[in-house]
Amino acid sequence: MILDAVASVGRGSIGVCRVAGSIALFAATGVFHIFHPPFYGRMFLRALVEIAFFSLPVVALTAIFTGMVLALQSFTGFSRFSAESAVANVVVLSVTRELGPVLAGLMVAGRVGAAMAAEIGTMRVTDQIDALTTLSTNPMKYLVAPRLLAGTIALPLLVVVADILGVLGGFIVATLKLGFNPATYLKNTLDFVQTDDVVSGLVKAAVFGFIITLMGCYQGYRSSGGAEGVGAATTASVVAASILILAFDYILTEMFFAR
Amino acid sequence: MSADIPKIRIRGLCKEFGAKQVLDGVDLDVASGTSLVVIGGSGSGKSVLLRCILGLIEPDAGTIEIDGQDILSQPREAQGKTRARIGMLFQNGALFDSLPVWENICFGLLAQRKLLRGQARDAAGDFLAQVGLAPSVGDLLPNELSGGMQKRVALARAIAARPEIMFFDEPTTGLDPIMGAVIDGLIVDCVKRLGSTAIAITHDMVSARRIGDMAAMLFQGKIVWRGPATALMESGHPMVDQFIHGRRDGPIQMELRR
Ligand SMILES: Nc1ncnc2c1ncn2[C@@H]1O[C@H](COP(=O)(O)OP(=O)(O)O)[C@@H](O)[C@H]1O
Ligand SMILES: [Mg+2]
Repeated sequence: MILDAVASVGRGSIGVCRVAGSIALFAATGVFHIFHPPFYGRMFLRALVEIAFFSLPVVALTAIFTGMVLALQSFTGFSRFSAESAVANVVVLSVTRELGPVLAGLMVAGRVGAAMAAEIGTMRVTDQIDALTTLSTNPMKYLVAPRLLAGTIALPLLVVVADILGVLGGFIVATLKLGFNPATYLKNTLDFVQTDDVVSGLVKAAVFGFIITLMGCYQGYRSSGGAEGVGAATTASVVAASILILAFDYILTEMFFAR
Repeated sequence: MSADIPKIRIRGLCKEFGAKQVLDGVDLDVASGTSLVVIGGSGSGKSVLLRCILGLIEPDAGTIEIDGQDILSQPREAQGKTRARIGMLFQNGALFDSLPVWENICFGLLAQRKLLRGQARDAAGDFLAQVGLAPSVGDLLPNELSGGMQKRVALARAIAARPEIMFFDEPTTGLDPIMGAVIDGLIVDCVKRLGSTAIAITHDMVSARRIGDMAAMLFQGKIVWRGPATALMESGHPMVDQFIHGRRDGPIQMELRR
């Protein structure tokens, strides 16, 4: 009985290590090909437009509503201590440090990571990836490297927009609904926020962008077993990316702020 | 190239997936400029054999020589060079569905920098003509084409780089008999025109005799019979007989489970 349990825990951990190792190897190969020619600029631009441009509406809406809710919630909280003036502070710090990158990351994981896993997975099960190899093209270079690079660049761009719109959302609620003076609110915001806050958020975003595209490409690349396998890869890519985003959010926060 | 060195020479090729021994010591020669058809039941490892030669699957043991050079022992770079000389028609075409037909056809040439992007659209028109399609097809996407047209485009893509060696994996499966005959005709034309060496996989005996000079049968991971394609019908080999006449009883017992 006990031995069975131990054995199954052991099997489980070996499985986890094997998957982690294979993802790490995949990531290293992908990054290697980012820096070694030939480069596929066309594929990179396509991925960049797909991730950065077409995710804008989703990320923008998420950011605005998040900023609005933050202002409202922190106001009701702080008014108990008569510390309403901290609202601007809370909104700008939460958005730039945490909610901007994390929420943008999660939204993009659902949109782009899933689509990437589906596209590459379909190419795998219909032999298109093998066809690339027979046509003198390295699929890691052609399919994976441009996407990894595009994700790593696109997410910080999106988060800049999310930061601005998140603060704007808070500003709208604070001035129109909660009766803050617009000039004072803006002054509080700009006084509180520091370069480190924004930069740490953008670094997080770059890491999340890499994670999203990595999981999308990895799951798609490794998929097998027809349409069902592609479906499973799609789900797996979103779940894995979301969990990794939250885990790395903690790790990066610890690295930046827990000194 | 000397006439006695076969273009492709395979010895003792083995590959297993898990506990399943798919290839179990395959020996095969294909003389330069000839076509070999490989027949065998579904799941007998015919596609795996081609994939091993193409480097898409790493065999467990054995040698694969092309022009007398063992490619498995070559460095990666040289393997890539050798394999760039092989054209492959995949079982379901494997056209890139995000790219228009012209870019599909010229993909290999663009990758090998034998063609500039600006010239590719026109060049694709010539290749389309060779497989009996109008140049205007070049601007369509693969999913806008019928099955027969997709096969033709895939064939055009496989021959675009004028490969010395060509592989065809079940080129006529899923097509009606007339379209099958057309594709067979195109394959024979292309192979003859380029003077290539070819391996074709098929289940279709009519097709086998149309395409092949030689024929071989793969069963349980080994080549159990080989001879001229014209001799397929009267080989006198019990397995080949059972296979080509589609009899249920005989030395081949279909594995329904594994
Ligand atoms: N990449 C792979 N991983 C595991 N098993 C495989 C793989 N490729 C092929 N097989 C197995 O090898 C056997 C032969 O496959 P294949 O060569 O495609 O057959 P066919 O002769 O019909 O072309 C099948 O049982 C298949 O399940
Ligand atoms: Mg097959």
